[in-house]
Order: sequence, then C-alpha cells, then structure tokens
Amino acid sequence: METSRDDFVIAVRSVFLKRNNKQRFSLIGLIFFSILLLILGSFNYPIINYTKIVIKEIVYRASFIVSGPENFVKNSYSNIESHFKLYDESTNNKKKLQELKSQKLKNDFILYENIRLKKIIDVYLIGSKEIVAKVLIDKQSPFLKSVVLSKGSKNKIKLGMAVLDNNYLVGKIVEVNYLTSRALLLSDLNSKIPVNIEPGGIQSILSGTGSNNGIIQYFKEDEDIEDGKVIYTSGSGGIFKEGIPIGKIYSEEIEITNGKKNNNQKVAFFSNFSQLRFVKIVSFSKDIN
Amino acid sequence: MFEWEKKTILKKIVINIPILLLLISVLNEFDFNYLELKIFSFNFPFILIFYWSLKKSEVLGYGYVFIAGLINDVVVGFPLGISSFCYLLICGFASYLRHITLRPNLLKDWIFFLFTISVINSLMYSLLVLFFSFELDYYKLLLNLFFTFLLYVLFGYFFGIYHRLVFGRMNV
Repeated sequence: METSRDDFVIAVRSVFLKRNNKQRFSLIGLIFFSILLLILGSFNYPIINYTKIVIKEIVYRASFIVSGPENFVKNSYSNIESHFKLYDESTNNKKKLQELKSQKLKNDFILYENIRLKKIIDVYLIGSKEIVAKVLIDKQSPFLKSVVLSKGSKNKIKLGMAVLDNNYLVGKIVEVNYLTSRALLLSDLNSKIPVNIEPGGIQSILSGTGSNNGIIQYFKEDEDIEDGKVIYTSGSGGIFKEGIPIGKIYSEEIEITNGKKNNNQKVAFFSNFSQLRFVKIVSFSKDIN
Repeated sequence: MFEWEKKTILKKIVINIPILLLLISVLNEFDFNYLELKIFSFNFPFILIFYWSLKKSEVLGYGYVFIAGLINDVVVGFPLGISSFCYLLICGFASYLRHITLRPNLLKDWIFFLFTISVINSLMYSLLVLFFSFELDYYKLLLNLFFTFLLYVLFGYFFGIYHRLVFGRMNV
C-alpha cells in the first residue's frame, strides 16, 4: 500500500515538477501562469485590459483568415441547399408578397398615425444610428452563442448596443475592442432581454436556451400566451427601443414522466443566427421634436 | 541547394502537423453548424493534446499548448487562461499515464482519457459557473464529452498512422 502511494507521488512529481529535456517550459510553471492570468483577468486594470484587447484583435483577425476554407464549405453548402428549395420558396414568396403588400399599406397608415399622436401628447421620438458590420467569427460552441463583428470602439461601438439582422433583433454588444467587438446572441443561456408579447401587451423576460430558440420567463401563470404571438423588445431598462421584432411563440411537445406529454412553449427567432454575415449595430437616442 | 531547403521546410511542416492542427482547430473551432446537427459537438483539442502528450510529448510543446488555450479562450469568449489551464492539466494527466504504463493498451488509454476529460470538464465548468457566473447547458456539455470520448479511438487511429509514417514505430 505504502509502495503504491510512493509510486504515485514519484510519478506526479516527475510529471509536474521535473522539466522534460525536450520541453522549453515546465508544466507546473505554465499551469500557475494560467491561474495567474485568470486571477488578473478578473481585475479591471487598464494595462490588463489593453493587453487583453491586443490579444483579442490579433486572434480575431487570425481566426477570420483560418476560418476561410470552412466558411467557403459552409457557404457552398447553404447555396446548394437553397437551390434545391428555390421553386417551393418562390411559389410561397409570391403568395406572401401579395399579403404583405396589402398589410404594408395598413401598417404605413398606423405608423404615420402613431407619429402624429406621439407629437400631440409630447412624447419623445427615438432616433437611431446604424453601423453595418461584417460577422468575422461565427463560432456557436456548446458553451457560448456569440459572434465577433468587424467594428469596434474606433467606429464608436459601445457596450449594450443592439445588433440587428434586417430589422430583427439578434443580440447585443458585450465586448468592445479597438477594431472588433463581440455580440452575445439572444439564443445564449446568459442572454436576458425585457420583451413585450403581442397582442396582449404582456411584459416578460426572454432568455436564451443555448439552442436555436428562446424561452419566456417570469410571467404570471394565468396569462394566456398562445402560439403565434409575436415577441418585441419592451424598451424597459433603456437598453433597446420599444418594438423591435424578435420572434414568435411556438409549442414543443415534450414527454414527462409516465408517458404523459406536456406542451413546452418556446420562441422561434425571426432571424437565423447560423446564417449571419452582415449585421446592423444600432444605438438609440431620444430626439426632442 | 534550393531543393534541399525546400525539403527541409516540407519536413518541418510534416513534423509539426500536430501543432498546426491544434492551432487551426482552436482558431477555427470545427463546429459543423451548417449541418444543423443539434446534438453533435466534440472537443478536438482535448483528443489531440491527450494523444500526443501520451505517445510523443516532444511533438506538442507545453508553450504551444498554453498559447492554443489562450486563443481558444478568445475565440469562444471564455475568461483568459481557463482553457490553457485545462489543456495543460490534460498534458499532466497524459504524462502521468505515460510514466506509469509499461505495456500500452488502447482500451486503458481510452478509459483514462474518459476519466481525464470528465475531471477536466468538471473543473472547467465549476470554475466558469462558480467564479465567472456563466450559465451552461449541462446536457449539451455531457453530449460533447461523450462524443469527444467516442471519437478518441477514431482520431487515435489516424494519428497512429501519421506517427508510424513520420516518426517510425511507437516506443510506448
């Protein structure tokens, strides 16, 4: 028993403490250095922050170049896939276009009426500044759902700015470097956005699930949230302006104990997060008119 | 002269393929997102680091492993240093196995790999959740661990072929 313990200690010692002839660095030294980096990273010192930004800028650019071949395969795959679906999509789109044209006329009227009424009751109108950014890295790992964008503090990107794909909200800026920034997608587990569920005006919080959908949290159980209801930003907390479309409610049947089935409501996002190439980074300010 | 230099460069590239693969894999993250495989993901750097630390540790320098960890942290969005810490621990575990093994056996390596990645992943997730307030989907992480474990044999086979072609028969 004593001997086997001694063997274990000798083996561990030779692994961690003795530097191998063909290794330039000692394993234990680098492990301690990693821990030191982790600890220092949690402090908010300017030198550490600048070092982190420099490392990130270099790695993001390198990653963009290295991802080239994979992105080529990815784009070719989605192009071929969309070619196969082209006929069906075209037929459906024609039908939808007719519906949308008539809907747009109604919406335009409501929009103008809304602006006129807001001016009458003297409410602030919200103006927005848009910056178009390219998605440099789109690595939706099982850990984090985020994308790296090609604009940073040089282009006046700030923390918390909204990231839109067309007019749909896809996330917010959580990290800003000089030339790049990182946007946390709505599908990430750590993403929490105050939302309105329409029709009905139910206020709630949209949380990511780590998959390609979201869930609605913190609402009264007697509130009726039917499938097909649309989720918009609520503007609470002053992060985003009110009324940016996000997604739709749908039910997913899940099996619970004893073969019983239950409907689990989730949010299908309007935007496909795995197909983001260019996004709009938007800041909202109050125009006094 | 030129031919000779060309051969030397080519030889260097071939010998350093594991390092290149490691750096490319952390910069690129083989994710297969476009295939829309909902549950499939695996950690290629874990397999690569464990295999080469076990079979021929001089191929993967600890310095490169450390840098690869830093790159992975930046790409994935983790706190700087956490992946390096985990990767180096994998090197330590593999090195320990190498020290105590007299007769190498694929099954034993495989089981020890499962033990290693279970410990390392648990440690990594605990650090992320407890100290950095990350929210993680444990079901997905478990699947990631499972696929990483399964694919070790497959990648081990390919690395074995490469090892025999480039470095000759394995001693350990």
